[in-house]
Amino acid sequence: MNRINKKLLEDKKLLSIYFTAGYPSLNDTKAIIEDLEKSGVDMLEIGLPFSDPLADGPTIQASSTQALKNGMTTEVLFTQLKDIRKTVNIPLIIMGYFNPILQYGVEAFCKKCQEIGIDGLIIPDLPIDVYHEKYQTTFERHSIINVFLITPQTSEERIRYIDSISNGFIYMVSSASVTGSQSGFGEAQTQYFKRISNMKLKNPQIVGFGISDSKTFKQATQFTKGAIIGSAFIKYITKFGVKNLKRFIKQIKD
Amino acid sequence: MSYNINERGYYGDFGGAYIPEMLYPNVEELRQNYLKIMAESEFQKEFNQLLKDYVGRPSPLYFAKRLSEKYKTKIYLKREDLNHTGAHKINNTIGQILMAKRLGKHRIIAETGAGQHGVATATVCALMGLECIVYMGEIDITRQAPNVARMKMLGATVIPAKSGSRTLKDATNEAIRDWINNPVDTHYIIGSVVGPHPYPDMVARFQAVVSEEIQWQLHEHEGKSEPDYVIACVGGGSNAAGAYYHFLDNTNVKLLAVEAAGKGIHSGESAATSVLGKEGIIHGSKTLLMQTNDGQITEPYSISAGLDYPGVGPMHAHLYKTGRAKFLSVTDEEAMSAGLDLCKLEGIIPAIESSHALAVFEKTSFNPTDIVVVSLSGRGDKDLETYIKHFKL
Repeated sequence: MNRINKKLLEDKKLLSIYFTAGYPSLNDTKAIIEDLEKSGVDMLEIGLPFSDPLADGPTIQASSTQALKNGMTTEVLFTQLKDIRKTVNIPLIIMGYFNPILQYGVEAFCKKCQEIGIDGLIIPDLPIDVYHEKYQTTFERHSIINVFLITPQTSEERIRYIDSISNGFIYMVSSASVTGSQSGFGEAQTQYFKRISNMKLKNPQIVGFGISDSKTFKQATQFTKGAIIGSAFIKYITKFGVKNLKRFIKQIKD
Repeated sequence: MSYNINERGYYGDFGGAYIPEMLYPNVEELRQNYLKIMAESEFQKEFNQLLKDYVGRPSPLYFAKRLSEKYKTKIYLKREDLNHTGAHKINNTIGQILMAKRLGKHRIIAETGAGQHGVATATVCALMGLECIVYMGEIDITRQAPNVARMKMLGATVIPAKSGSRTLKDATNEAIRDWINNPVDTHYIIGSVVGPHPYPDMVARFQAVVSEEIQWQLHEHEGKSEPDYVIACVGGGSNAAGAYYHFLDNTNVKLLAVEAAGKGIHSGESAATSVLGKEGIIHGSKTLLMQTNDGQITEPYSISAGLDYPGVGPMHAHLYKTGRAKFLSVTDEEAMSAGLDLCKLEGIIPAIESSHALAVFEKTSFNPTDIVVVSLSGRGDKDLETYIKHFKL
């Protein structure tokens, strides 16, 4: 069983952290992953930086730009992650835009992920129909779970379709926004979380965008399986460095 | 073989809508409605009326006698430079503002590089009384101060794009992000035949008026409605798409696409996407784009801000791959000299973008009986400073 599916069976609200590989320094990747696991994080999204990240706000874009300047590439990331499964057990997901993956070759990329022990991919600009027609069998052959996004604007019919071709979890974007653009949830979000929860989908939902502290984590996970923190974590390591990640995680979990 | 878009939004292998889910409802709303709305007779009536009374269409198809004598062939200039706001860009913004109104949108966003599309968008927003926000790279804002002032006078808010390389591609990213953040009330007026489907097709259809006019105007001049060649410059490719549109499936008409070679194709400072680019995804579309081996989008360069884009529209990628259009590239130097030539021979100061198309005559010879139509996509007023610097005027 894929580590993601196994993790989703645990009777707890899951905390997932996004970080940009190669930021703040090129070779921070492995240490960040190991420290976050030790700090009690349940799942990780490793951002493969892209020059033109359309769905991201200024925080993640700036970290991506810096990571690329530091020399991060697909090949470098794979090399850094080569032995990651000797020390790390939690599910690892690579989040990246489609063009770098397309240039590497989708088949080769999935194969490499499987070799390393990457469990899933999130590719925000890979259209669902293109995935379904061209790449689903490739992903499945290499036991890579593809995670799709839904937003408050996604129609019920489309959510059902996404649920039908997903085999891990659904990434619920909390509001119409890019990453890192809001703080706190209002009534509209709670209604949306509840509405999706009532749809009784086969895949659990994990909320992303807008989660930055223990309050928003609790709100986001009241009706869902877990939540993802990205921009707030990037801001934290920008300010405090990568030495004391436990402190950040502790303030979320308290 | 058809060179037009198929029902799934692709030109051959190129096109589609490679967009994050956050954009899906906006793009899908447009996709479901654009052809229906464009087919409405009320829409057509209003569009054509505005093109006539406001833009000043039809733009002349002018037989350039002295230029023809110099190059020993028959050269016609399609005078898009005479349109209101000085370029072909307004054809598209008129169409899209009418589209936005019918979709019930009251906030308009746009990206701009040199500022031509930004001015054309600000213009139609003023005309319709709609809020207008234009994203422009911080570097371009300083380079193109007069156009920034124009947009402000027309009531638009100009927001600097401070991310990445702070030029056109980043302005486009920012506009897309704005659309993600404002999915309900906002329409995004893309300025070229780029972006996710249906944009490339919609913009091409609004620009198609150019080749529609060429057909009947040429008939008046020559008694036939098809030229032997159509030449146009290609940045994203909207003026070329318009000039080619009605000739796409008529292979008697040879299509020449001119890209900006900047300081030389292999100088590292170029925007010749067909030569330097590879297939990939940019701004939601599968097409040819300039990128690193690792799939990071690289910065193009051209003396002409309108050609300074790292991709081409998917229609052009298809025309290139199938060989339907022949792609040529022209350096800064060659374009500037062709521009000055047109001033002296015909009394027309062209935009530097259009000068790239004109530079083809120095590189390719045509038969004396050939009818060659050049898309003179814009006028050179906006480029005066560059001309002054270049020729030390």
